[in-house]
Amino acid sequence: MSNLLDLLVAGLATGAIYAIVAVGFTLLWQTSQTINFAQGEFVMLPAFLMLAVMHAGAPFWLAIIIGILLSMLLLGLGFKMLLVDPMLRHGVLPLAIATMALAIGIKEAVKQFFSAEASPFPSIVPAGDLSIFGRVVSLQSLGVLVLAILAVVGLTALLNRTSLGHQMQAVAQNPTVARIIGIPVERMILLTFLINAFLVALASLLITPIYLAKFSSGEVLGQAAFIAAIVGGFNQVRGAIAGGLLIGVVDNLAAAYISTQYRAAVPMILLVVVILFRPQGLLGRPEERTV
Amino acid sequence: MTAAAKYLRIALGVAAVLALILVPATFNRYGLYILSQWAVMSIAAMGLNLTLGYAGQVSLAQGAFVGIGAYAGAILTTQGFPLIAATAVAIVLCFAIGWLLGYPALRVQHHYLAFVTLAFSTLAFLVFRNESWLTGGIYGISNIPRPHVFGMATSKPLPFYYVCLGALAIVTAAVWWLIRSPWGRAFMALRENPVRALSLGVDTRRYTLMAFAIGSALGGVAGALYAPLTQYIDPVPFNLSLSLDLLMMVIVGGSGFFFGPFLGTMIAVLLPEWLRFTQGYYLMLYAIAVILLLIWSPSGILGILDRYLTQRRTRAASALRAVAKPKLEVAQ
Amino acid sequence: MSAVLEVKDVKKTFGGITAVDGVSFDVREGEILGLIGPNGCGKSTLFNCILGQLTPSAGEVKVDGRLVTGLRPSDLNRLGVSRTFQLLQVFPRLSVRENLILAGQEHQGSMLGRLFGPSDAGLTKAANEMIGFFKLDHLAPEPAGGLSYGQQKLLDAAMAFMGGPRLVLLDEPAGGVNPTMLGDLKDRLIAMNREKGATFVVIEHNMEFVMSLCSRVMVMAEGKVLALGQPDEIRANPAVVEAYLGH
Repeated sequence: MSNLLDLLVAGLATGAIYAIVAVGFTLLWQTSQTINFAQGEFVMLPAFLMLAVMHAGAPFWLAIIIGILLSMLLLGLGFKMLLVDPMLRHGVLPLAIATMALAIGIKEAVKQFFSAEASPFPSIVPAGDLSIFGRVVSLQSLGVLVLAILAVVGLTALLNRTSLGHQMQAVAQNPTVARIIGIPVERMILLTFLINAFLVALASLLITPIYLAKFSSGEVLGQAAFIAAIVGGFNQVRGAIAGGLLIGVVDNLAAAYISTQYRAAVPMILLVVVILFRPQGLLGRPEERTV
Repeated sequence: MTAAAKYLRIALGVAAVLALILVPATFNRYGLYILSQWAVMSIAAMGLNLTLGYAGQVSLAQGAFVGIGAYAGAILTTQGFPLIAATAVAIVLCFAIGWLLGYPALRVQHHYLAFVTLAFSTLAFLVFRNESWLTGGIYGISNIPRPHVFGMATSKPLPFYYVCLGALAIVTAAVWWLIRSPWGRAFMALRENPVRALSLGVDTRRYTLMAFAIGSALGGVAGALYAPLTQYIDPVPFNLSLSLDLLMMVIVGGSGFFFGPFLGTMIAVLLPEWLRFTQGYYLMLYAIAVILLLIWSPSGILGILDRYLTQRRTRAASALRAVAKPKLEVAQ
Repeated sequence: MSAVLEVKDVKKTFGGITAVDGVSFDVREGEILGLIGPNGCGKSTLFNCILGQLTPSAGEVKVDGRLVTGLRPSDLNRLGVSRTFQLLQVFPRLSVRENLILAGQEHQGSMLGRLFGPSDAGLTKAANEMIGFFKLDHLAPEPAGGLSYGQQKLLDAAMAFMGGPRLVLLDEPAGGVNPTMLGDLKDRLIAMNREKGATFVVIEHNMEFVMSLCSRVMVMAEGKVLALGQPDEIRANPAVVEAYLGH
């Protein structure tokens, strides 16, 4: 049983990070039909930006702030203006393929300008173990879990409790109506891109200390985020959160109880089952299909 | 089309074929390897173009079928079976698996279908990596022999290039014929308007499954040739990136255009080689080039050509009208 | 005269809403039956139930005495029932001729036989005749997406006739078609009926078009059949006048 508890905590911690990435992913899909195949690379990049700032001599806390701002500039504003805006009118598939090319571009740029080797990355949570009710839990897992939960709670509050959040949701659900009732649709869409960039930078900050900073680490992360988003519900923020947590836990349990070799298969099979039998996702609303 | 344009087309085609046969004789080992790779990947991209470009079904699994074909080819030829038999097995196997993969397409479309096929890609990769008893696991399969054709060994680069080119020619002819058959017409109807196609008697279920099965089988053919080309295979080349690369090749060349895959593959395989002088930057430049191209023309390179030709035709037509009008006025 | 199509007590409900509520009628060999009624009265849903796009919640549909409820649209089409849709439905990137060949090719032989048969499925002549019949000759090699709206409507109707159908269901063939083109369309439909003996059911809002084209007219309101009879009887029927003008 004790083993199970550890696995659950570790699973929830990675799951919470997946959830953050998946939420950003669904926000982009909802507000601008962007299936971002580069989302994993978006998580990989900010860690390198922060490392670069640190190499220039800045302290860690400053590097974090500059890193987050830089990713909002590049992965939020830049991504929207240079890639999504000109591609959007061409339809979903060409845009998705352009993001695949972008993923290659980011990976190669990091390999070229930084390093092809994995670099260690400082943790914002101190290393060590914590004893709770006589159980030893890794401080890092716990810290990541707490921070990720804070981020998710903060985001949910922003979306559900503030007028800004309501406007964003209105844009996500029906941009035409949102425009008619006077919501600045363009600004709201830009805002979702900035939020996505912030979320991936945060995820980067949380996950990189665990898996090291490496140019290729985006692939696994991106896939986990896709799966989380679809399993939870592509059109629901809370679906993406639930999906992220579920995938994190399933992934860890599968590695321990099924087979380490096929652990990656378990979320995939879950994905296929969900798509075939409940395509709107576990928590999603059905999307209307036009005949 | 005017007679002159038709002859120009035929002349261009003949020149391209002759160039593909004659020019490589002067190439070195590496050049031949790259060109053989182009021929092999063109076959896989043609298969995907059939599924995606003609029948409108998104697939992120073509790389997995190349892998299945490659393992079928490698396992059988190292056991002493001839390549032609191995290719036949690869075709049957990929056809059957592709048929099964088509079933989700009957229930879900577009991005959902993309993700189902993506999941299949990942699962196939895990099987390649983990089932060592069959695939050699991460150590792969080495010493894959190259075939004898009409009693001649093709182990040298140039003869084997001709094997790849010959296979490409056969596949090209077969696909050309398929696209022009009633099936090709039904595939396009499926892409343009499945509901209307169904009401016109088109059995959209069977054609959807067929489009997946045939496209996948061509992936298998490409794989069966890939194995003797590299003479060593391991799971790495057949991961998800290959499926994404093949998808990009089809889109960049021009999805739904017959010659799209040839061009797209040429750009994906050859452009990085030409950009090699830029050293580490070449894949980055390739990615940027693809994005710029897609922004300019989402229907790929042949899409640009197509638009240009259409424009010229309309302009020619209005010019004709402009000429005809004064004549009419004179006649009045 | 025998009935080509028999519809008995067909019902269709969506959740709690009853769109078609126990409709029964026959279509006789060689007639043109008009189907009219206010928007949302269930005409198109009825079509979809007859043609297998939707499965009726209750009731049965027979074609030439054979029970066809539950068959897929493609199977029904091959039994000789074809249709057009309310919204324009042609294949924009195929040429006019290719559109027509496609519309006919699935009616003969097996799928495998078609693969190895001639590339036009032996239908070029039939397609050219249909093109001539609908006066689209000069447009035959053009992509269908480049035609004007009215021309596409003509092509849409022509496609429904390619398989040599026993029965054709046309859903608002005249919608959005300009008056000149409308005359053409009516001529073609009447000619089809007289010369080739095709039987039609036509949904249409354009009263003049329906009354001059159809031999019988059926009126639907709120999912039920309100009246069925000769055009003159329908025009004089107080319940029909009420449904259209009343409330």
